[in-house]
Amino acid sequence: MISTQKTESVSIVLDGEEVAVPAGMNLVDAAALFQKEIPHYCYHPQLSVAGNCRMCLIEMGTPMRDRGTGEAILNEDGSPKIGWVPKPVIGCATTVSPGMHVKTISEKVTDCREGIMEFLLVNHPLDCPICDQAGECRLQEFATDYGRGYSRYTERKNVKPKRTRLGPRVTLDDERCILCSRCIRFTQEVAKDDVLGFVDRGSYSTLTCFPGKELENNYSLNTVDLCPVGALTSTDFRFKMRVWFLKESPSICTESSAGCNILVSSREGEIYRITPRRNDDVNDSWMTDSGRSLFKKVRAEDRLAVPSIKQEKSSLDQSIQAAAESLKDKRVAIVGSCHATLEELYLLNRLSKATKSKKYLRGHFGKDDGILLSADRTPNLRGALASGFANAYPRDNLSKLNSDLKKGVVDAVLVVNEDLLSSGVEAEYLLGKSIVYLGTHANDTTNLAEVIIPTLTSFEKKGTFINRSFFAQGFEQSIPGLPGLLPDVHILSKLLDELDDENKVTSDFSLIWKNLSSPPNSPFKGMSFSDSLRGSLKVDGAKWKDLPFVESNALHYKK
Amino acid sequence: MAKTVVLDRKPLSLSERTYLPQIATGLKTTFSNMFKPKVTLQYPEEKPKIPQNYRGVPTLVKDPNGREKCVSCQLCEFVCPPKAIRITPGAVPEGEEDREHVEKAPEEFEINMLRCIYCGYCQEVCPEEAIFLQDEYSSSGYSREEMINNKAKLYELGGTLPDQHYKWDKKKKAEWQGNSH
Repeated sequence: MISTQKTESVSIVLDGEEVAVPAGMNLVDAAALFQKEIPHYCYHPQLSVAGNCRMCLIEMGTPMRDRGTGEAILNEDGSPKIGWVPKPVIGCATTVSPGMHVKTISEKVTDCREGIMEFLLVNHPLDCPICDQAGECRLQEFATDYGRGYSRYTERKNVKPKRTRLGPRVTLDDERCILCSRCIRFTQEVAKDDVLGFVDRGSYSTLTCFPGKELENNYSLNTVDLCPVGALTSTDFRFKMRVWFLKESPSICTESSAGCNILVSSREGEIYRITPRRNDDVNDSWMTDSGRSLFKKVRAEDRLAVPSIKQEKSSLDQSIQAAAESLKDKRVAIVGSCHATLEELYLLNRLSKATKSKKYLRGHFGKDDGILLSADRTPNLRGALASGFANAYPRDNLSKLNSDLKKGVVDAVLVVNEDLLSSGVEAEYLLGKSIVYLGTHANDTTNLAEVIIPTLTSFEKKGTFINRSFFAQGFEQSIPGLPGLLPDVHILSKLLDELDDENKVTSDFSLIWKNLSSPPNSPFKGMSFSDSLRGSLKVDGAKWKDLPFVESNALHYKK
Repeated sequence: MAKTVVLDRKPLSLSERTYLPQIATGLKTTFSNMFKPKVTLQYPEEKPKIPQNYRGVPTLVKDPNGREKCVSCQLCEFVCPPKAIRITPGAVPEGEEDREHVEKAPEEFEINMLRCIYCGYCQEVCPEEAIFLQDEYSSSGYSREEMINNKAKLYELGGTLPDQHYKWDKKKKAEWQGNSH
């Protein structure tokens, strides 16, 4: 992998223009810094360099020096004479060096690209109408940008296996493969599950799984994103929708505290797929397969869609009114959620202050895979701490609430997206208590709830999550919410209005962030929501460094 | 304001008063048309002849072997200016011997004829030569739903057209032979 961390810079001459680039960078990345595209297939900034596609051929040279004296040889006009390498070199495996001359556009380079494109297309099938990659295919793009425009090939094309199952989530079409080996390098270097390889030689080379193995690790779908052509396709997304219809909006994955940056692809309010978005501080260009299927919950059977009072349908306003009614002047327990956004947790904290209620929080933990699935299976546990809602590290249950209910010091419970019954709360203690449930999906608690106010999933609202490295990452709404529902912050601020006569907080994000960042020891000093949308913001987590966080060392995370 | 001039009307002559010359002139036109060739078509019993490249109702066609040509690439849906086309793409299940190798086919294909402007872009963009604007020009219905042509209706309207390439048949033959295309 090529490191871009070095700070010293090197001066090179790029297409006749002297420019400074970071030392240690390769020419593909260096040219990209100056908006010059060097087309490439096999090179990926986060994988090792293979140099086998030959698409990034360019011309390179260095100023000539006299072998005897070591003095620079000059042209007749006094300028240094450049010794161009007689054959083109590949940009991905050439590291910048001081004084290097590079030509990214020249007759020779154009010739090379046309030749390479012609070879790549020799055995490529005419599958574009049925290929899922069409529209985001590197081969299509570079064939139009750098190809010859016509084919001289009159021989017969190779036939290779199509519709091959590589694993439970990945389907392979061998005819389309251009043998760039990105997927092989990914499984070796990032997923650490070496299952893919090439067999046979020449134009018969074929990508296959090793005998008796399958591409079944939790990162297998990243090979689909990496594939520059349509050889590797997602079995789930296969033939579902052409990519040119999909609107891509940036968001944050809610699977675990890793907080992967994602792109949500939707058409007319329906999500079709989720792909990772590059963020070199958080998830590089990867995400888990399990995180990609979370969008299916948006249209799930058990999704709460209609507000209800005493299990009977009502309007949203009536439900909020009824919720305020049943919480007013009672000893209230508020059960927060680590799935709620920072802004929601802030409002929930205000609500607990206004009603002088007790706060409870449950963590959800699992096994850490050391890459991007962390042991903390909630996106915003650190947001609960930073917003002031939680002071201690949450446990995997709500036994404290259970004992408080048993003691009889609680009359009403406001639950946000948490199932009390599966969290160690005994049903008998909940009898006769008024339960107000704010959440997205039905569970055993919703059956007991007096008032149910359906809320929106993270794809349907905006907010901020704080990930395991204390990066605050804002996200915008990707798709419209279910009809008739409001974002959680609106519901919470309406509840605040009802329950607190002196309430000054609204659902306005700039106001919430102003309040969050204004205290003298606030970890959000000088930050705003629009900043967190632009990129990951490092929040000062020193205050909580002694808490027993469950995550272990992983990609871009050190305990 | 212009001044109005009142003119005296001349008295009618004898032939004018009998009206006979005028009736004779009128009847001459009538009788002369009786013996000219007919130009009126008895629509809808009689239909006009439609020229070759007429742009009628868009239809889906099958190839001479009866295989559906559309592979649901959705380019027509993309290019359609009034957004009249709506396709639900689907996979051809494994095991269907004659078209399994095509892999993709539309699950549903709808053209809303209330939206269609007969521009012919869909026919022009189709990479599989599966959609054609043919000679059918009169579509009517009693409800909006009736005016949406579904896949079955589109194939019924389209019928079979000759194929120049047999792209997928060649592909299948290549698979059989081992390495030709």
